[in-house]
Amino acid sequence: MYSQAEDKPKLASGFGLRSFFQGRSDNRYWQLSVWVIAGIVLLPVFAVLWLAFFPDENIWPHLLSTVLPGYIQTTLGLMLGVGVLAAWLGVSTAWVTTMYEFPGRRIFEWALLLPFAVPAYVIAYVYTDMLEYSGWFQSGLRDLFGWTTARDYYFPEIRSLGGAVSMLALVLYPYVFMMVRATFIEQSASLRDAARTLGCGRRAVFWRVSLPTARPALAVGLALVLMEALNDFGTVDYFAVRTLTAGIYDVWLNMGNIGGAAQIASVMMVFILVLIGLEQHSRRKQKQFSRGDRFKAFRRTKLTGRKAVACWLICFIPLAFGFIIPVGALARHAVVYFDVSWTPDFFQMSWNSFMLSAIAAICTIILGLVLAYGKRLVKTPSVQKAVRLSGLGYAMPGAALAVGVIIPLAAFDNAVDRWFESWFGISTGLLLSGTVFALIFAYVVRFLAVSAGSIESSLDKVTPSMDMAARSLGYNTLQILWKVHVPMIKPGVLTAALVVFVDSMKELPATLVLRPFNFDTLATHVYQFASDELLEESALAALVIVLVGVVPVVLLSRSIIASRNETTEP
Amino acid sequence: MAQQLLTQNTFKKAIAALILTVGAGSALSVQAADEINIYSDRQAFLMKPILDAFTEDTGIKVNIVFAKSGLIQRLKSEGLNSPADLMLTSNVSNLTRAVEAGVTQKVDDPVINKNVPAKYRDENGQWFGLTTRARVIYTSKERVKPGEIKTYEDMADPKFAGRICTRKGDHTYNVALIASMIAHHGEADTKQWLEGVKANLARKPQGNDRAQVKAVKEGVCDIAVGNTYYYGKMLTNDEQRAWAESVNIVYPNQDGRGSHVNISGMVMTKSSPNHESALKLMRFLTEDHAQKIYAEQNFEFPVKQGVSASKVVDHWGEFKADDIALSKVDQYRKRAAMMVNEVGYND
Repeated sequence: MYSQAEDKPKLASGFGLRSFFQGRSDNRYWQLSVWVIAGIVLLPVFAVLWLAFFPDENIWPHLLSTVLPGYIQTTLGLMLGVGVLAAWLGVSTAWVTTMYEFPGRRIFEWALLLPFAVPAYVIAYVYTDMLEYSGWFQSGLRDLFGWTTARDYYFPEIRSLGGAVSMLALVLYPYVFMMVRATFIEQSASLRDAARTLGCGRRAVFWRVSLPTARPALAVGLALVLMEALNDFGTVDYFAVRTLTAGIYDVWLNMGNIGGAAQIASVMMVFILVLIGLEQHSRRKQKQFSRGDRFKAFRRTKLTGRKAVACWLICFIPLAFGFIIPVGALARHAVVYFDVSWTPDFFQMSWNSFMLSAIAAICTIILGLVLAYGKRLVKTPSVQKAVRLSGLGYAMPGAALAVGVIIPLAAFDNAVDRWFESWFGISTGLLLSGTVFALIFAYVVRFLAVSAGSIESSLDKVTPSMDMAARSLGYNTLQILWKVHVPMIKPGVLTAALVVFVDSMKELPATLVLRPFNFDTLATHVYQFASDELLEESALAALVIVLVGVVPVVLLSRSIIASRNETTEP
Repeated sequence: MAQQLLTQNTFKKAIAALILTVGAGSALSVQAADEINIYSDRQAFLMKPILDAFTEDTGIKVNIVFAKSGLIQRLKSEGLNSPADLMLTSNVSNLTRAVEAGVTQKVDDPVINKNVPAKYRDENGQWFGLTTRARVIYTSKERVKPGEIKTYEDMADPKFAGRICTRKGDHTYNVALIASMIAHHGEADTKQWLEGVKANLARKPQGNDRAQVKAVKEGVCDIAVGNTYYYGKMLTNDEQRAWAESVNIVYPNQDGRGSHVNISGMVMTKSSPNHESALKLMRFLTEDHAQKIYAEQNFEFPVKQGVSASKVVDHWGEFKADDIALSKVDQYRKRAAMMVNEVGYND
């Protein structure tokens, strides 16, 4: 593996890579595919923008002079808080599990991903139940110290910006952990050895070599964390934290003004564009290529005593607060309310959730591969931009996305209906709207950025000489993708699949609006009860969301580790 | 297993889509005759007992999609091909919004018109109320003397500074209340009143109506605002009973115009493909049997005269409801919602 700064385009053109690729007929197909995919997934985004710019009733001046500045300020606060906390948790855990050997490390390696399976709204509910005034924690304190009312002592309010930051960071840090750890592992040990021989201490190696080399991965992870935080509705609504997303719901649900909601959604898109820009910028100046043969297995430093305990705690604390405690609480409720929850519907809901998420993950991965590979092959600005823009769906809060999906789908259905009516006298009705297709389409639009981003950053590390070698052996581009790249970037692809699957399981607002009749997923089921402060009665479903999410987390993280070990073997 | 994922309807549609894509051309008509489809912003589990009773009576199957927001937009986009026949809502605003979006149709049925009092339905027959609930003041049994607060107007009195809890000001229930204040007092006075209430809040508005009563129980505040049915829901929930028992219900403005009332209701969609069956269900919902189940299920008051509410609700006593037509109150809905932002009620 070697790193280089800035000189990669030169390398490419120097070897005639650009002209080599351009003008090849199959490149045209890639180009066309990228455009078509981007065009389709952007339809919902345009639909929302259209609503924002041509509202039935324009309340933009009202929003601007009253609530919008507050929304923006709170949102920035939330992003800053979640970003710092998630980066801290993610990087520290990734570093110690990569560099040191201590009791439990092998378990933490995958267990630290577990909080990712917990939906933020569930963890928010559980902790509120525990930490609010009437919760057992404060009740216990009052009994212990003889306090009687809230005025007798200070206790931080869980329903606050700080509370929301903690909840979100606890379930989102795995993004950072996952991305950064992969890089720490791939970082050549010789790089660190070289730094050590040049007189760097361990700490300096981390700050001056490892972390800067991991910056692209950190940027990807953080961008995902921040986008998720930006999009979170459940937690901020529950805690009355007035972010842009909460504002969209207020304006839509309470003021009934969809134009205003779309306008706030557009402001949010600006936030996301800035994030994407920053992420790309941080990656631009740094390229790393690997041929899969330059790894040198490194030995972890064995720790004992106090240092081992410290490392253990660094890993255990986020795991405990992000997974063990909330899941324990859910499990307790699930046992108590088991009879209420254990119905035939329950299996149906679980199956619906599982199938939808699996299909969404597969579709998203395939499209993500096409986009990322197309971007690698065809260096024209239009393709580069198309790929970047296709991630915009991620910038839309679920509810706005739902509306964005309905509009083009229904328009398509109605156009087909009209066409059939006029040519054959048959009414086709709505073919796609109100079916699972609409749901899967929404998930793909929403999560394509996750898969394309993850695959792209993996592809970036594959040296172009691989492509050249394969071409010279007579492979066409599709074969290269399938036989050369996909095997090499399997960890990245699996990671992306995992993230999309779990995210789809948790997705709520779009699912609610777009689903067919009599169709429940675990998430919609939990929401029905939780929105009435009756989460206990749906705790079993919430628990299953978590546990089903855990299965791929464990499986995939194991196979990621396994495929690493394969490549790390000398 | 795949069939399990796809309900029959969607499965047929998927096939239809498939046929379409291979260009075979002919698609299937997917509506069965004895089914009706509902979009609902009330939870499906709330509606289930009534809808089951309807299916039992008539053999007509009822399909439902529940979502708190977005269904009006879905109807609007789906246009005349929408499979939905009815929309059920938990408040008057969503009824009038559906009408504004142009997705409803007029229903002029003597049975329904007889059962639903004129003040609880649209004069043009576009929407109908099904149940009513009053927006009441809950006061701490310990810390608020009976008679200390008697009207909505009192809530702005500085003597209640730091003692009031409400949910967010722009929630439809509060917006409807504020709109009714505008209808009675005019805009300027209402704004002053709302600023007064805001100044009296014990904490930033958060949670639902029940959470406010809980806050009274916990001593965070002494006075809360909420819909009547939450009281019944709390009384019948083991964990929440203590919250309800810590407060008294005060029906506001009993010496004057009466308490503000909101409704749950229904509209028939413009596209309604199963018009006859849908009309049957609408009638059914306004008749004694369904009115009784619906009201009991959620501790609301039936709109139909002579149908008794649940025993729990009867226990709270008679009250005088504001006689103003809801359509008149609703005219001020948008103004009220903006006023909430203008006074920074939720900050």
